[in-house]
Amino acid sequence: MTLAVRESAPATSRRIARKVLGHDAGAYLFLAPWLIGIFVLTVGPALGSLYLSFTRFDLITEPRFVGLANYTRIFTNDAKFLAAMKVTFTYVLLAVPLKLIFALSVAIVLNKGLRGLTVYRALFYLPSLLGGSVAIAVLWRKIFAKDGLFNDVLSTFGIDGVSWIGDPDYALYTLVVLSIWQFGSPMIIFLAGLRQIPQDLYEAASLDGASKRRQFWKITLPLLTPIIFFNAIIQTIEAFKAFTPAFIISEGTGGPVNSTLFYTLYLFQEAFSYFRMGYASALAWILLVIIACFTAVSFISARYWVHYEE
Amino acid sequence: MKSDAAAHVPGTPRRGAFGSLATHAVLIGVSLVMVYPLLWMIASSLKPDSEIFNSASIFPAHPNLSAYARGWYGLKVSFGKFFTNSAVIAVLAVIGNVMSCSLAAYAFARLRFRGRNFWFAIMLGTLMLPYHVTLIPQYVLFLNLGWVDTFLPLVVPKFLAADAFFIFLMVQFFRGIPRELDEAAIMDGCGPWRIYWKIMLPLAVPALATAAVFSFIWTWDDFFAPLIYLNDMESYTFQVGLRTFVDSSGQSDWSGLFAMSVVGLVPIFVMFIFFQRLLIDGIATTGMKR
Repeated sequence: MTLAVRESAPATSRRIARKVLGHDAGAYLFLAPWLIGIFVLTVGPALGSLYLSFTRFDLITEPRFVGLANYTRIFTNDAKFLAAMKVTFTYVLLAVPLKLIFALSVAIVLNKGLRGLTVYRALFYLPSLLGGSVAIAVLWRKIFAKDGLFNDVLSTFGIDGVSWIGDPDYALYTLVVLSIWQFGSPMIIFLAGLRQIPQDLYEAASLDGASKRRQFWKITLPLLTPIIFFNAIIQTIEAFKAFTPAFIISEGTGGPVNSTLFYTLYLFQEAFSYFRMGYASALAWILLVIIACFTAVSFISARYWVHYEE
Repeated sequence: MKSDAAAHVPGTPRRGAFGSLATHAVLIGVSLVMVYPLLWMIASSLKPDSEIFNSASIFPAHPNLSAYARGWYGLKVSFGKFFTNSAVIAVLAVIGNVMSCSLAAYAFARLRFRGRNFWFAIMLGTLMLPYHVTLIPQYVLFLNLGWVDTFLPLVVPKFLAADAFFIFLMVQFFRGIPRELDEAAIMDGCGPWRIYWKIMLPLAVPALATAAVFSFIWTWDDFFAPLIYLNDMESYTFQVGLRTFVDSSGQSDWSGLFAMSVVGLVPIFVMFIFFQRLLIDGIATTGMKR
């Protein structure tokens, strides 16, 4: 048996392992719960909602095929859709960059090797963890109310604040602030990324006389671009899906004057307040396309600004 | 964690004690702004309503717990019931996620089968899929099954590994477990199930625990699904109960509302205290969203 002689012991065991672990049927048994879920809860319903988006459907009577009517109406004759798009894009384009800039700035300061890093990190992370709760949305509503905490603080500086939640010019910005307040989780990812940057790069740069500022622009930032990209994608998708704070702060209306009518809130209203399930399905597919486009553009643009090391 | 002196790179000008002190001052300032709203909420839950208005203080003049008693029974079903409902759902979600996701993750990480790459790509794809796209047909499905106003629509998907994020997390972890261990076990006559049960799961406890803690927190915090599936107040989760409380008496009874908000945050805070390391490492290594 020349083969057995030539094969080392680990190679033999690897070959046997392949045999034992290589049964299709056995593997699909492990995968079964997930596979059922994929078909029954994801692929099936996704195709179902694509079909429903071409129908009129109120849950009680059978869906009636209406062709592109839902889409035509959304794009040509739906002021609330336009309002929701405006609100959502304003929110995404403000909240995501501000949150990431803040997260990165704090991460850089924390990465200087200060004492008490773990305490600061925990404190900054806590709001991220709690932030999804209804309780926090309630708190926000009270902080930015006419007689809330924020105006109390302003009044000590002699400023007489308005009801920030009740004013259509400001309501959305209180939600942007709420999002920035939850900068902790991207910060932790940035911190982990900063620690991956080899210290000798900075030492070499210092020896060459590069200033701290130059080191930041030439070493830290380029090497961090993959992490920035990752955080930006995750946070953007999350921001598009934001629902709870807007729902609680506006009592489900998206008010005042549609100023907090997040896209998801509008979709919820169409589906579960007015039972226009076909229309809401069309809205859902438009959201999917928007998110997909955003992600695709990000990935294409990444080729020009994200630095990957070989 | 390095001290300032240890981090000092030779040849660069030494940042003085003042620089370090200033940084700490800024960080403490930021911490205060971050935590102040939470402290204010706790303080307000201990104040009478008259004291909350126009008081930014976090020290109640006459602290008392009456708002907790008032809030607890503020709706016709008590918050005790909502709390229990949420706890039951969250615990079932944890069990479902850990079981189903670890099974799928084991298959992806260790087994060789036809279509593996295809299914793995599908799994990654579902991570990006906004749930709105599946929402309405799922609702129709659960409605037809007679599951509305039960916990089933909130729990069954977890047993079908619907949270693909945890599969991803566990795949990453399983891949780091040395293959020699599987091979040795196979030599001893173990099949894939014994390896999964006797080797992978015990060694993957950190990953399983991370998934469990995040499952608990996300399920506890979930608002959208309970909002649409639970209409009967007896079946409300804590979040939905709190929202109902906001709409009914929240305008008049701030302290009661704050008291119940604090109660709703306690389970998450407890998780944070006990599993802080796990949560932070989990985020740092896999880049979770929250």
